[in-house]
Amino acid sequence: MIEWSAGTLVPLPVLVPLFAAGLTLALHRHARVQRVISVLALLLMMGSAAALVVLADQGAVVTVIGDWAVPVGINLVADRLSAIMLLVSTVVLLCVLWYSMAQGMVDSAAEDRANARAEVWAQGRQDRAREAAEAGTELGADVDPEADENEQREVLPIAIYHPTFLVLAAGVAAAFLAGDLFNLYVGFEILLAASYVLLTLGGTADRIRAGSVYVVVALLSSVVFLAGVGMAYAATGTVNLAQLAERLPDVDPSVRLGIQLLLLLGFGIKAAIFPLSAWLPDSYPTAPAPVTAVFAGLLTKVGVYAIIRTQTLLFPPNEAVDRVLLVLALATMLVGILGAVAQDDVKRLLSFTLVSHIGYMIFGVALAGEAATAAAIFYVVHHITVQTALFLVVGLVERRGGSTSLDRLGGLAKLAPGLAILFFVPAMNLAGIPPLSGFLGKVGLLQAGVRDGSPLAWVLVVGSVVTSLLTLYALVKAWNKAFWQAAPDDVVSGRVGEARLPLGLVGPTAVLVGFSLALTVVAGPLYAYAERAAHTLTDGHSYVEAVFPDGGDRGIGESDATTSEGSH
Amino acid sequence: MIVLDTVPSAALALVVGVLFAGGVYLLLERSLTRVLLGFVLISNGGNLAILMAGGRAGAAPLVREGESQVPMSDPLVQAMILTAIVITLALTAFVLAMAYRSWQLNGHDEVQDDVEDRRIARLAARNAPSYSDADTAETGETLDEEAAEVHDDIEESLVVQETAAPREGRAEGTEGAEGTEARR
Repeated sequence: MIEWSAGTLVPLPVLVPLFAAGLTLALHRHARVQRVISVLALLLMMGSAAALVVLADQGAVVTVIGDWAVPVGINLVADRLSAIMLLVSTVVLLCVLWYSMAQGMVDSAAEDRANARAEVWAQGRQDRAREAAEAGTELGADVDPEADENEQREVLPIAIYHPTFLVLAAGVAAAFLAGDLFNLYVGFEILLAASYVLLTLGGTADRIRAGSVYVVVALLSSVVFLAGVGMAYAATGTVNLAQLAERLPDVDPSVRLGIQLLLLLGFGIKAAIFPLSAWLPDSYPTAPAPVTAVFAGLLTKVGVYAIIRTQTLLFPPNEAVDRVLLVLALATMLVGILGAVAQDDVKRLLSFTLVSHIGYMIFGVALAGEAATAAAIFYVVHHITVQTALFLVVGLVERRGGSTSLDRLGGLAKLAPGLAILFFVPAMNLAGIPPLSGFLGKVGLLQAGVRDGSPLAWVLVVGSVVTSLLTLYALVKAWNKAFWQAAPDDVVSGRVGEARLPLGLVGPTAVLVGFSLALTVVAGPLYAYAERAAHTLTDGHSYVEAVFPDGGDRGIGESDATTSEGSH
Repeated sequence: MIVLDTVPSAALALVVGVLFAGGVYLLLERSLTRVLLGFVLISNGGNLAILMAGGRAGAAPLVREGESQVPMSDPLVQAMILTAIVITLALTAFVLAMAYRSWQLNGHDEVQDDVEDRRIARLAARNAPSYSDADTAETGETLDEEAAEVHDDIEESLVVQETAAPREGRAEGTEGAEGTEARR
């Protein structure tokens, strides 16, 4: 007999999509059934996430899997941070799923458009080859065979798309809810494995090229993370986060620093912090629009979540590490945004702004106070929504204008005014124009920085304002070129792009843009929620007490006794 | 607080070191197959490291009737390694498939450069703008002349092609002039 309680909800966001993934794989011949199952699964996931947001506000909800007592068994923990991240991720996942379903349906009946696009693409290739010839360099090795490209490009193979997407959703949820380091690793692996498949969908030359870099970098980050888990276990005899939080302060400081840096290195690659960020703008833009959108919104943020979680919960404040993180945050912001300014392709431009804005979140984490953590959490929530919305809009721009290169776009403000609004709102939100949520998040970070008052924090404050302005510059440039400059002949004559955007694609994009605006409207309660989340994160005992409600019996995990005996 | 008394075996530690070193060396190669072999070496090194974290080998971790004289090994590290091995296996299969696909497409499985990135790097080396921008062209001696020039261009183009949207054109012209100013 199952006893129903709040804890019953916690495993649902992991179990439901995994179960649905299996079903959709088994029913791969029935596209319609697949769609229904996927949507239902994500709706259920969203429902449980919303319930968890409410429940976690009363105190973290802890579920012990299989009823093995905590230090030995596996536990899932939904505290405020996990719950709010889960809810926003699910909303984003649902919108992207809707978008990709519509795209799949539209694309199956659009042979001629694909040909037109292939033509443009071939032309672009000629341009590049010419440029290469001018520069006197050899491009031969990079030119990929066309024949394959034409038939497979841009098509979403529905049969594997749904199961993989659902596995990705399950992996994201597992990472957010994991109550121990090893399950965090497993959650990461689930979502990364799904992301490898999604990134290389169709196996075209472009995607294989981008995918090989992405996969190798992600594999390396996972190994680094795993080594960190191993070291944490060797030092403390546990991988349970709550137990680690109790034991790590007693570990030798240099060993602890080693563990901390190893974990930060692993998460830093996943979150794309500056010296470890080069893989991101290379790999994301080649994927299909909805895939890029969901990656941009979620994958790096899972890394940021892991950094917030481990930094606040496990490791006692360490000024040296915080200072390093501050410098890296500054470098991430500036290098990322300078990269964005140089780009000519909108997708790449947005990928660079994505890297750049990770810097804001790291800024918040590195300041390490309650206020700074609250601002970082709010910023993560804002950024997931707005970055995904922007990538979906760029998918629409690509359909309408036939390209993502700013040189070949133009006049869209007149040709598609609705699209212009959809681009303009999240773009201004990302740049941090008041009164949108991006502005509120940035103000929170700046206030925390000013309150910190150290010279480095001031440098960061100035750096983040400069980054904000440069973001505005890059996005306004994209706006000018794509929407305001005189339209190229191709676009006006309708030789490339579609005259009308399908409603199924505009719908989810508009909903997501609306959701990002709603974040602005409910910013007050949301920010208060983030502050409460930050409070429980930084007070150092709420999480541990939620996992060990009785307080006692937490030091003696079974494995400790045996290993300490066993070593003689 | 319980401090684990786990003295690792020197041989295992050495093997872990060699596996990591060899793995790093292979990861730096260009061919995807070698990179994959490097990944396999490193993850096996990582697994061994976790095994060492669990202490020395002992009896099978089964609870039997009566007291055993030999202490049990730590089952948790073995469970974790087993999970990691399964994950590594799946990912190895995926990377092999990807390397094969790369070989199908290109005749080799080498990790390729980012074409777009190299293009932009070349443009930067020549100090050329990364995008064509008519507004940045030097057309006059002073800023005022350039602004007037840009404005004239727009006016002319309005006369020539009536199809272009007049308001947008002008807006872009003003914006462009400001851009020129800002860049100076």
